[in-house]
Amino acid sequence: MNRVVERTELVPNVHKMVIEAPLLAQKVKPGQFMIIMADEKGERIPISIGDWDQKAGTVTIFFLEAGVSTMKLAQKKAGDNLHAVVGPLGHPAKIRKYGTVLLGGGCYGIGGITSIAKAMKAAGNKVIVIIEARSKYLLYNQEPLRLIADEYIETTSDGSSGIRGKVQDVVQFITNQEKVDLAYFIGCTFMMMNCSNATKGKHLRTLVSLNALMLDGTGMCGVCRVNVGGQTKFACVDGPEFDGHQIDWLQVFQRKSMYLQEEMLAYQYHTCRALTAQKKEERD
Amino acid sequence: MEEAHAERTKTPRQKMPEQHPMVRARNFDEVPMGYTPDVAQLEAGRCLQCKKPSCMEGCPVGVKIPEFIKLIKEGDFVAAARKIKETNSLPAVCGRVCPQEVQCERSCILSKKGEAVAIGHLERFCADFERDTHQICLPVKAPPNGKKVAVIGSGPAGLTVAGDLILLGYKVTIFEALHKAGGVLVYGIPEFRLPKEIVDSEVKYLESLGVELRLNMVIGAIRTIKELLEVDGYDAVFIGVGAGTPQFLKIPGEDLCGVYSANEYLTRANLLKSYQFPRYDTPIAKGRSVAVVGGGNVAMDSVRTALRLGADNAFIVYRRSIDEMPARREEIHHAQQEGIQFKILTNPEEVIGDERGWAKAIKCIRMELGEPDAKGRRKPVPVKGSWFDLPVDLVVIAIGTNANPLLTGSIPDLKLNESGYIQTDEDGRTSLPRVYAGGDIVTGSATVILAMGAGRKAANAIHRDLSGKDEHPPEACSATM
Ligand SMILES: Cc1cc2nc3c(=O)[nH]c(=O)nc-3n(C[C@H](O)[C@H](O)[C@H](O)COP(=O)(O)OP(=O)(O)OC[C@H]3O[C@@H](n4cnc5c(N)ncnc54)[C@H](O)[C@@H]3O)c2cc1C
Ligand SMILES: Cc1cc2nc3c(=O)[nH]c(=O)nc-3n(C[C@H](O)[C@H](O)[C@H](O)COP(=O)(O)OP(=O)(O)OC[C@H]3O[C@@H](n4cnc5c(N)ncnc54)[C@H](O)[C@@H]3O)c2cc1C
Ligand code: SF4
Ligand code: SF4
Ligand code: FES
Repeated sequence: MNRVVERTELVPNVHKMVIEAPLLAQKVKPGQFMIIMADEKGERIPISIGDWDQKAGTVTIFFLEAGVSTMKLAQKKAGDNLHAVVGPLGHPAKIRKYGTVLLGGGCYGIGGITSIAKAMKAAGNKVIVIIEARSKYLLYNQEPLRLIADEYIETTSDGSSGIRGKVQDVVQFITNQEKVDLAYFIGCTFMMMNCSNATKGKHLRTLVSLNALMLDGTGMCGVCRVNVGGQTKFACVDGPEFDGHQIDWLQVFQRKSMYLQEEMLAYQYHTCRALTAQKKEERD
Repeated sequence: MEEAHAERTKTPRQKMPEQHPMVRARNFDEVPMGYTPDVAQLEAGRCLQCKKPSCMEGCPVGVKIPEFIKLIKEGDFVAAARKIKETNSLPAVCGRVCPQEVQCERSCILSKKGEAVAIGHLERFCADFERDTHQICLPVKAPPNGKKVAVIGSGPAGLTVAGDLILLGYKVTIFEALHKAGGVLVYGIPEFRLPKEIVDSEVKYLESLGVELRLNMVIGAIRTIKELLEVDGYDAVFIGVGAGTPQFLKIPGEDLCGVYSANEYLTRANLLKSYQFPRYDTPIAKGRSVAVVGGGNVAMDSVRTALRLGADNAFIVYRRSIDEMPARREEIHHAQQEGIQFKILTNPEEVIGDERGWAKAIKCIRMELGEPDAKGRRKPVPVKGSWFDLPVDLVVIAIGTNANPLLTGSIPDLKLNESGYIQTDEDGRTSLPRVYAGGDIVTGSATVILAMGAGRKAANAIHRDLSGKDEHPPEACSATM
């Protein structure tokens, strides 16, 4: 059991959660993830460890409310318990001095990219951070990123803040302008694929933090298998970081869609139950 | 004497009542329902109480079979259970899952003349009796000796080490990667074969003896063996992490949706209870036609799970014949009764997908058995041109596991064999001082009882090495639970 220290909805549907996990906070390195179970009946879901505080003995995650499991997390309050927190899992990001590093974050990845940006900066790189959202009101975590980055760029699809467009568009632009030595993307699968495609023609080394379906996170089940450069890899133990140009993205999308129907059913089941409980409370 | 002997051998082997195949094929309740005391006594009466009991030679841990059977015959079921526990700490589990037909029961003298004594059923009976009547007792522990041992993995090997060492006065902590203790007993073997309640009660028993259980701790990630020994002050570490990483066939189409490893399929169903989805959150695909590739216990468990999840057609696809299947005979028999279709002498060559990326068929080729190999096992060879498509919407690959390098890879000096399993001596000592190992991570996938046997040996070795004493855990009882 791990105690929730804080949970806040930063922008609609994106939450930040601080969790008591002293051993984990001591061990985690940028780019690693953990498996969380909200309650006893819950799924084991993988979430990147966004930040941590060794002194306080806490780790911080950023998550998008996407379905039942993340909904359950979003309902937790400070003081509540999580059934299971397991980590740190996966290989840490390969932090070293590359020269200029371009980091792109979208969705939960805006939070997820922060620790990597910090570490890349500390390793002596010039750090360019680009984040994206549909609209201004969906951007978060800007201040920490602005402070870390040498160059900080916001994009919004509707142009309400920063550049109108997406990370992939800015990537195109920047890589035409200056020499970049490494690109690193974290966010939804679609964004990571598009950004990888944007750097492909430029022979720019590109890493993504792949979010395959997972179960145990320790190499025991094989659900997270992905095809990278023609070889089957397990995202949880061989990754989560992979070369974005080598990934069979179509397969990633297909495998991730495996439970779409069940996910919908589960969501309805839980919202129905929540509504019934609410009605009952009102009646009583 | 002669008469009594004739009397005993006239009694047929007592069958254990089972749920009707049609009924049980759609539920997850346990299939065999257990002996009643009368039937157990009747069955116990069949044992000849041999002076040189050959049955015991067939049991990897040397359960005192005639002695416990005698106690059953006399009606002292609890004493019988405790007699078994002198050498086997998990009789409720072993009575259910040991491959008795190749171990104790095959060696029973009666099997030569007819039907062996149902040793497994009897073992299960007294363990269940003891538990159900709340007569499990806590043995007297040796006084604390000030030493600490870390056990990594809570499968049968780890549980045995923990149980033995706690009685010898050690402080014992089990570190388990998953959120529930029991290893394969909870994530692999299904409820209908081994009710989880039994495993839970074994784990609780250890906790009540004072074993500390730390779940969600992936050793190698959150803590290294080195840290356990040098920072956390453990005097010894036992590694019982199981084999654990799934093998695939390496045929085209294996990454399609609807293709599972048995580990994934069974973990979803058992550990995460996805057969109760959406009450439990973890989904599982319910195939209408499911093919399970393999012929061992894991394959049988998977295919019978598929049936219980509602499959109309559940196939076993196996490249040899039924005689060569490594699964327990009882499971094969149960599967046949339930209507599992056996596609034997059939080898899958490709999983064919539809336009959405889902499996829709397996391309198979027929096999025939050729010349026996060095081990006397006849090697299957493909029959030329005999391809056919087996239409399915779910495929489960149950062809075995490999050593998971997550932990072993984090200890540079630990000697492994060429397949990645840990090398140990007879007693479970690894190449590193104060580090011991046993179970599937040493032998490769084997059996529950072998993992327990390895655990017991390692516990003895740990005790000898740390305390210089050659003694076994105390067995006397102090109080009932
Ligand atoms: C290494 C890794 C790191 C991740 N880090 C984060 C993070 O920091 N913040 C965050 O919000 N999300 C992260 N994810 C994705 C997160 O695991 C899923 O959003 C979550 O599992 C959705 O569960 P759900 O029940 O709420 O939604 P569901 O209804 O189950 O699914 C909604 C969507 O999420 C995807 N999804 C479902 N189950 C999983 C799963 N087990 N693994 C991956 N994707 C899944 C599905 O494709 C689906 O489209 C990460 C995934 C991985 C593999
Ligand atoms: C589906 C199935 C059916 C079977 N049926 C039978 C049967 O009928 N009869 C029979 O005798 N045998 C059967 N077996 C085989 C038997 O279950 C195994 O041989 C036995 O469980 C091995 O025990 P173990 O203690 O070595 O490892 P396991 O039972 O595999 O337990 C290992 C434990 O270690 C944990 N672990 C792994 N890595 C780490 C880590 N880094 N840190 C912390 N913990 C870790 C795992 O999560 C697991 O809980 C079956 C196996 C399967 C999979
Ligand atoms: S432990 Fe297994 S092999 Fe030994 S007597 Fe019991 S059932 Fe037979
Ligand atoms: S060999 Fe058979 S008959 Fe003889 S003691 Fe053992 S179980 Fe009884
Ligand atoms: S999540 Fe099970 S092997 Fe990767």
